[in-house]
Amino acid sequence: MAKKIRVLMAKPGLDGHDRGVKVIARALRDAGMEVIYTGLRQSPDDIVAAAIEEDVDAIGLSSLSGAHMTLFPKVVQILKKKKAGDIVVAGGGIIPPEDVPKLKKAGLKGVFGPGTTLQEIVDFFQKNAGRSR
Amino acid sequence: MGKDDPLKVLRERKKAWERTTLKESLKALPERKKAFTTTSFIPVERLYTPLDLPSFDPDRDLAMPGEYPFTRGIHPTMYRRRLWTMRMFAGYGSAEDTNARFKYLIAHGETGLSVAFDMPTLYGYDTSDAEAEGEFGTCGVAVSSLRDMELLFRGIDVGTISTSMTINSPAAVLWAMYLVNAENRKIPWTKLRGTIQNDILKEYQAQKEWIFPPEPSMRLVVDTFEFGVKKVPQWNTISISGYHIREAGATAAQELAFTLRNGIEYVKWGLERGLGIDEFAPRLSFFFNSHNDLFEEIAKYRAARRIWAREMRETFGARNPRSWWLRFHTQTAGVSLTKQQPLNNIVRTTVQALAAVLGGTQSLHTNSYDEAYQVPHEDAARIALRTQQILAYESGVANTIDPLGGSYFLEWLTDYMEDEAYRYFDRIDALGGVVPAIRKGFFQQEIANSAYRYQKEVDDRERTIVGVNDYVEADEAEKVEPLRVTKESFNRQIARLRAIRKARNARKWERALAALRTAAEGTENLMPRIVDAVRAEATLGEICDTLREVFGTWEEPLLY
Repeated sequence: MAKKIRVLMAKPGLDGHDRGVKVIARALRDAGMEVIYTGLRQSPDDIVAAAIEEDVDAIGLSSLSGAHMTLFPKVVQILKKKKAGDIVVAGGGIIPPEDVPKLKKAGLKGVFGPGTTLQEIVDFFQKNAGRSR
Repeated sequence: MGKDDPLKVLRERKKAWERTTLKESLKALPERKKAFTTTSFIPVERLYTPLDLPSFDPDRDLAMPGEYPFTRGIHPTMYRRRLWTMRMFAGYGSAEDTNARFKYLIAHGETGLSVAFDMPTLYGYDTSDAEAEGEFGTCGVAVSSLRDMELLFRGIDVGTISTSMTINSPAAVLWAMYLVNAENRKIPWTKLRGTIQNDILKEYQAQKEWIFPPEPSMRLVVDTFEFGVKKVPQWNTISISGYHIREAGATAAQELAFTLRNGIEYVKWGLERGLGIDEFAPRLSFFFNSHNDLFEEIAKYRAARRIWAREMRETFGARNPRSWWLRFHTQTAGVSLTKQQPLNNIVRTTVQALAAVLGGTQSLHTNSYDEAYQVPHEDAARIALRTQQILAYESGVANTIDPLGGSYFLEWLTDYMEDEAYRYFDRIDALGGVVPAIRKGFFQQEIANSAYRYQKEVDDRERTIVGVNDYVEADEAEKVEPLRVTKESFNRQIARLRAIRKARNARKWERALAALRTAAEGTENLMPRIVDAVRAEATLGEICDTLREVFGTWEEPLLY
């Protein structure tokens, strides 16, 4: 049996909007993945430490407060520094269109905005975070 | 009455209709769906008649506007005397940036102010704090000091306009800054009108912007009640909010039930402090969401008024009719706005605003069409304000009171909402009340379950969202003007904080914070100490850090 994909779902920074992250955590779990939700107000360092400790394949970041340009790339940078750059990072939330290419350039594999279906996100993790590491 | 009983006649007519006219129609032209539901999953029948209201008593259930139980509205003339307050929630960047937006909105006809604070402010951090990294001014204005508060209201007459502040855990501190600013401008506190949100219970349940654990937080809330009664009598010291509960995923009935049960909890804590019910109850205000389902929303507001009046009069024995009033602000549903085809959001907001007005709201914020992208741009905010003005002056809905009252469907739905709320009250009471239910994650799980159910229905296309899962356009031209917080605003804010820390009287500052700490360790009302700390130019972060050290912080139960 193929090993289950492990995903860490996290809320970086101070943003308290947790509707989306919880809905997605549940959808990934229902799709057969192992989901670790670390809760609110996690620093990029906290998130990376948890990801390494939990040996995850991917991290899903959620921010609706506008801090994504600072916090999302920082998670990718710290992962690289900790030699965990193979962990796939995706992000979602209230993200203006012109920020999407910048985030991808900063190393996010996927960026999702409002209106994305749960299936698209499930497919993304299945495709990009399958156990090959 | 026998054969002439009108309900009996109607029942027979309906049965006959089902056997003949309806049956033939369904055979030839079946309905679009097997079952119809509201946005909040309530099943909706084909037709409502007096048969659906077997115990309806217009005298008892509706009475007259301005009279108990206020189902039709809290004022005898409603919008014929004065329209609702058009109060646009605004804030981004620095105090100067937001001050300019306030003046723009006032110049375009808004009649009340409403401040959105940024994330660090909501959590009681100064802009200079490491925790604030990347969050300065992004989803509200940064107010770290009395000086910021002065700049925020510079050139605005706070003695006449009312101001609502969406601030919760550090509400006492921001309110103290507002009061000291008025004092410095020689405006007596007795003249000040406005609202602090100050509803910590829904923070643990839904909005998730907390600092301290529930007990010291509730102490601070009751401290503001007590202080307000004595010193700032026209101020609403709380806005008991369903808005965020709904945004987090709750159904309309859950929003209604959790909000009113929270309200009852605040009343209990106030009474325990020794306040008289008729002293503080008239200063309690409410805040609800308005989503897309017109009738469901209107029913919710009407049920809310009826429940609150009953609880205040019958359960708590309030004698002052103002204690029975459920006064509320409404905001249209941010969560309903779509990134796809953003101009469609203007239409959604119009329907939602209409529901609020038909439901008898006292004030209203209408969202801007660009909010699935960012904090609103000036042009988008103006259209949102114009939407309210068109409803007020052109639609005719403000001409008569509760124009949908007596609709069989609406009255049935109002009763349904009320029954649902009481069922939740029983469940919450069985868990030991609101705070124990928060610790058990009850509200959080109920809300998460509803949010997931809703999203599944959208994904499965059981629910149509125009532009998202149907009527999709492949190549969408972006119609959103970007709004950015500037680096200059940030630098100015940091420089300002540095200057304040250097220039203030260090001894006075130190003494004020030490006095606050001693008071926090004891049981006295903290408001006078917080006001003194603000007068001594202590910053928001410094005051909250002092309280954090005494009270500790809160970690929520993790669930999804």
